[in-house]
Amino acid sequence: MNNDANPKLDMEIPSVSKSRLAYLSLIREVEDFYYYEADLLDERHYEQWLDTFTADAIYWMPMRKNVPWEDRDRDITSEDDIAWVYDDKEILTKRVKQLLTGIHWAEEPLSRVSHLITNVHLAEQRFSLNEGEQMLIKSRFFVYRNRLETETDVLVGRREDFLRRENGNLRVCRRKIIIEQSTFLAKNLTVFL
Amino acid sequence: MKSFNGSALKLVNGIAGEISREIFVNKDIYQEEQSQVFARAWLYVGHESQVKNPGDYFVSKMGEESVILTRDRESKLHVFLNTCRHRGMKVCRYDEGNTRNFTCPYHGWSFSTDGKLIGVQDYQAAYQPPFNREEWGLIEVAKMTVIQGTVWATWDKNAPEFNEYLGDARHAFDTGLCAWDGSDAGTELLGSVQKWIIPSNWKFVAENFSGDILHAISHRSVDMVGIGPKNGEGRRDDPGRIVLVAHEGGHGFVYGVKPTDVPRDDYSGSAATSEYFQDCWQRRIKNQGKRAGISPLVGTVFPNMSFHGQQPRTILVAHPRGPMQTEMWRVYFVDKAAPAEVKQYLRNYYMRYSGPAGMTEQDDMENWNYASAASEGTIARRHPYHYKAGLGAEKRSDMLAGLVTESPITSEQNPRVLYKRWAQYMDAKDWDGLRVGAVKA
Repeated sequence: MNNDANPKLDMEIPSVSKSRLAYLSLIREVEDFYYYEADLLDERHYEQWLDTFTADAIYWMPMRKNVPWEDRDRDITSEDDIAWVYDDKEILTKRVKQLLTGIHWAEEPLSRVSHLITNVHLAEQRFSLNEGEQMLIKSRFFVYRNRLETETDVLVGRREDFLRRENGNLRVCRRKIIIEQSTFLAKNLTVFL
Repeated sequence: MKSFNGSALKLVNGIAGEISREIFVNKDIYQEEQSQVFARAWLYVGHESQVKNPGDYFVSKMGEESVILTRDRESKLHVFLNTCRHRGMKVCRYDEGNTRNFTCPYHGWSFSTDGKLIGVQDYQAAYQPPFNREEWGLIEVAKMTVIQGTVWATWDKNAPEFNEYLGDARHAFDTGLCAWDGSDAGTELLGSVQKWIIPSNWKFVAENFSGDILHAISHRSVDMVGIGPKNGEGRRDDPGRIVLVAHEGGHGFVYGVKPTDVPRDDYSGSAATSEYFQDCWQRRIKNQGKRAGISPLVGTVFPNMSFHGQQPRTILVAHPRGPMQTEMWRVYFVDKAAPAEVKQYLRNYYMRYSGPAGMTEQDDMENWNYASAASEGTIARRHPYHYKAGLGAEKRSDMLAGLVTESPITSEQNPRVLYKRWAQYMDAKDWDGLRVGAVKA
């Protein structure tokens, strides 16, 4: 035990197991992925942002309802119900193309948007994500949108993402966006969450 | 006492095609609308498919106020104001469900689904002599009716029956809200209600859907991108020939007229949907003959219920929430008999079209928002809006009853008729002065 190249380091973090390191490595990779994604959106690289989704991705934002306590599990609309958004990659791509027309008046001129992604955690008891595998990741978003003079919307909620490793990179293959509003309080929804 | 200067009709000059901005921004006019329009007109409340079984309820709105649509234990439909008779608390704060009764959380009064007061705390001890509970049931609308699956109600017992209220607009119901094959097989909602709040007067929405065909240009970006079911072209089916129809009752529709010897558009995205619609089209021709191709694309039933009658198929209610705020409630409907795969395909198409995230509707909200805001100023209010398109081109037609303008003439006749009717409501003391035929332009 004394022939270690750096015994001091060994002493400071004696309890770090391989699985702990694998976990830390993966969660940091996931967080970095989310920060990268947020930058793409907020810096308006929409076409590059599309690349963070797999070809078979589903981007789903269900609605919320006021229901009795015994039905509280139903306060998020189911996948076969009407949603705020239910897009495949093709429609998501069309939304981006619409932004790029320059005459999509709801976003012309463009809104100023910041995505804060927090509370990121792996929702499965696994510490690795190998090529082709996917994993449920939960996080929160706080999205600030300001446009024209004083128009301001704050959108807060949860993301439940399935991230998949494709060609070594993390990609979203399914995103469920759970907004903490029943009546939607913004006049429209033109930002990606 | 009216707070604006002179009669409402003066604000709405249909002959010159000029309409005062005041009616979109003035707080006193807005307040007056609540009693003159929303407390007297027939209003859309919901869809039968939302309350299928005894005990089912759906909480809706009539104007600014919360109402409960229920199906009682005898299967009869009711619409009640959502407020306890004792101290006003909402007796139902859920969006929908099934219940035996509505119990007020405040002092525990409870009401059955037919509105009767059935439980009062300390009834024996506190009320000597006992009060007559039958007089203190939930406040019920004066009249209600169901037509093509849609549920309507009015607070005014002197309002005409709904069929008279619709007049010739009934045609739009029977061709635009019916099953797609024109039969009485019925429609159902695709699911939950999209509710969102926009910073605009409700009349911008009503006018838009009644027949503002000139605003198509604001949707150019979605047309360029293409979200329509036919090869992803445009945003919807080829509507055929556009015919504007307005009725004295204030209702207005944009009809699409197609010949029956031309096959329907194919939906490249879904073979099952294509096949279903081709089949429906043949049956529709069988049911309705040469007139099968005459149906509303969009329209507004006065005052604030609008619908898309072809593809997409949606109902939108613009509930007033103040002069500069509107609560939008949108639902989507399909044939009950359509296969699950077809319903699923249409659902996805409808969601990308409409609602706050709808690639078409997003731009409408931007326009209504800043049109409202830019009309508030003292100087702005001195200058009326311009509604002169197609002035004098209105005709009568053998094809459709009402005031008609056919393409290629674009016209603002439908908003003009809507606002003329609005002014009649604002000025008339009661329904005797409002019946179609009784009012003088």
